[in-house]
Amino acid sequence: MAEAAVQAGCRFFAGYPITPQNEVPEYMSKRMPQVGGVFVQAESEVAAINMVFGASAAGARCMTSSSSPGISLKQEGISYIAGAELPCLIANMQRGGPGLGNILASQADYFQAVKGGGHGDYHLIVLAPASLQELYNLTMNAFDWADYYRNPVMMLGDGILAQMAEPVEILPYEPILDLPPKDYILDGCKGRQPRVVKTLVLKPADGLVAHNEHLQEKYRRIQNELSLCKEYQTSDAEIVVAAYGITGRIAKGAVRLARKKGIAAGLIRPVTLWPFPKEPFAVAAETARKILVVEMSHGQFIEDVKLSVNGRCPVEFLGKGGGWYPTEDIVLEKIESMAASETVGKGKA
Amino acid sequence: MQNLTRTEVLTDAQTHYCPGCGHGIVHRLVAEVIDELGIREITIGTAPVGCAVLLYDYFNCDIIECAHGRPPAVATGIKRVHPDKIVFTYQGDGDLAAIGTSETIHAANRGENITVIFVNNAIYGMTGGQMAPTTLTGMFSTTSQDGRGAHGEGPPLRVCELLSSLGGVCYLERTAVSTPKDVINAKRAIKKAFKNQIDGKGFSLVEVLSMCPTDWKLSTAKAVDFVNNDMKAAFPLGVYKDRT
Repeated sequence: MAEAAVQAGCRFFAGYPITPQNEVPEYMSKRMPQVGGVFVQAESEVAAINMVFGASAAGARCMTSSSSPGISLKQEGISYIAGAELPCLIANMQRGGPGLGNILASQADYFQAVKGGGHGDYHLIVLAPASLQELYNLTMNAFDWADYYRNPVMMLGDGILAQMAEPVEILPYEPILDLPPKDYILDGCKGRQPRVVKTLVLKPADGLVAHNEHLQEKYRRIQNELSLCKEYQTSDAEIVVAAYGITGRIAKGAVRLARKKGIAAGLIRPVTLWPFPKEPFAVAAETARKILVVEMSHGQFIEDVKLSVNGRCPVEFLGKGGGWYPTEDIVLEKIESMAASETVGKGKA
Repeated sequence: MQNLTRTEVLTDAQTHYCPGCGHGIVHRLVAEVIDELGIREITIGTAPVGCAVLLYDYFNCDIIECAHGRPPAVATGIKRVHPDKIVFTYQGDGDLAAIGTSETIHAANRGENITVIFVNNAIYGMTGGQMAPTTLTGMFSTTSQDGRGAHGEGPPLRVCELLSSLGGVCYLERTAVSTPKDVINAKRAIKKAFKNQIDGKGFSLVEVLSMCPTDWKLSTAKAVDFVNNDMKAAFPLGVYKDRT
């Protein structure tokens, strides 16, 4: 992720040590000076995100990374960055919570990532890679989406993704979008009117209400243009598994095993968690017999799946928090028991 | 005879500050210094949370408004991206010495090449007169109604003294704007703090003791007396560090 960021032109990194993501700031501390960029080890998570706020306002491609408790601390700055419509990348390699929790993998920060986290009505673009190659590719895309929509992007990984090793093809950066000029940045007002980057809008009617409506309009645009999802064998699937990130990868293995046993299983793995890819779930609600949500929490992602399914198909759950992770066998067992049991309230047998 | 025309570094906007408030004087001093150094077009300022939050309406240069206490971190981000630009923060006592103490100390210790203007009026102004980190011992505020120190509030925090031990700090001076002589001296110190940044000398902070008649519940004349008699006794004026 760090090298992908460098390739994509990220030239400012501020962070604070927290396990399991220390490899990112460590790498950046060496790499940034090599490419003429800036690395700052901040005195706190709060300071790190505010340094990113300043660097983004100054026009740099910039990022910070952390893990769950640190991301909680950053929420103040994230709200300001979203309110000021500044681009940046924030990586959260989730660990077990609540509180200090532990340093094992978790997906318990889903609500915090996709439903707000900080104060005010805002959204981050939230990405959920399932492999290191996907993490690499999405990191480069994230900077483009952040600039294109002038919106902070969160890379929502977990302790497994943060600590695993697998081959990655180091691809050169190619912009995927025509990026607008940065006509908002603060670099001194020579030859132009002074600019202000702010989130305080005191007047309600034509001020903060209008600003919020403007933000919502942007969020609707992002929802229309940027819902990403990977599907695996869903076209004829009776049991559709829904899982994201590393859990989606484990679930794919389970689906493959189920198919070998003659069970028509499939997988929907959202790549963007916000905007949430509702359409594949709406289709699965009509075509599948049952949907199984697997996540490393006690049920957060499942709420968005249920909203998309809208009661048209039974949704079952397999998940725990605190460092638990599903194996292919555990998911397979659940798929088998669902396939064997009858479906109540659904027209198909 | 001194030219008293308006500096172009301030806009034509009428400020929202109360009668007798010192912010207007400090704004003018900072603006005159920026003007005299010819750096308006390369200057980026940060606005704090508190009474001076609206300074982005008054300063005629690029400004970013920050979360409460975070200007030194935000300024770090801007200055590291644009080392050739001039970056200043303008902060009150609650912003700089309470919720932002950490950001202040660490930006100072890193020796960030920025200029910090610290307006100390010993009270939270915008929120209505609550106890500040710099509220004097025995002083009334809406959250220290028996006087500071009666219920475990501790003594006022002295920023220049605190920062003077840090290796990264270039220049610290405490000034005031309660007499004409003090105003002239404050301007000299502010100018030096900006010049230090231009010369790449590192972190410079000028503390300015200032009046808040509204929240001190004093007349404008008595507020000036309070700075001269009480605040200067608790916060002695002078240079606390000068590595230039």
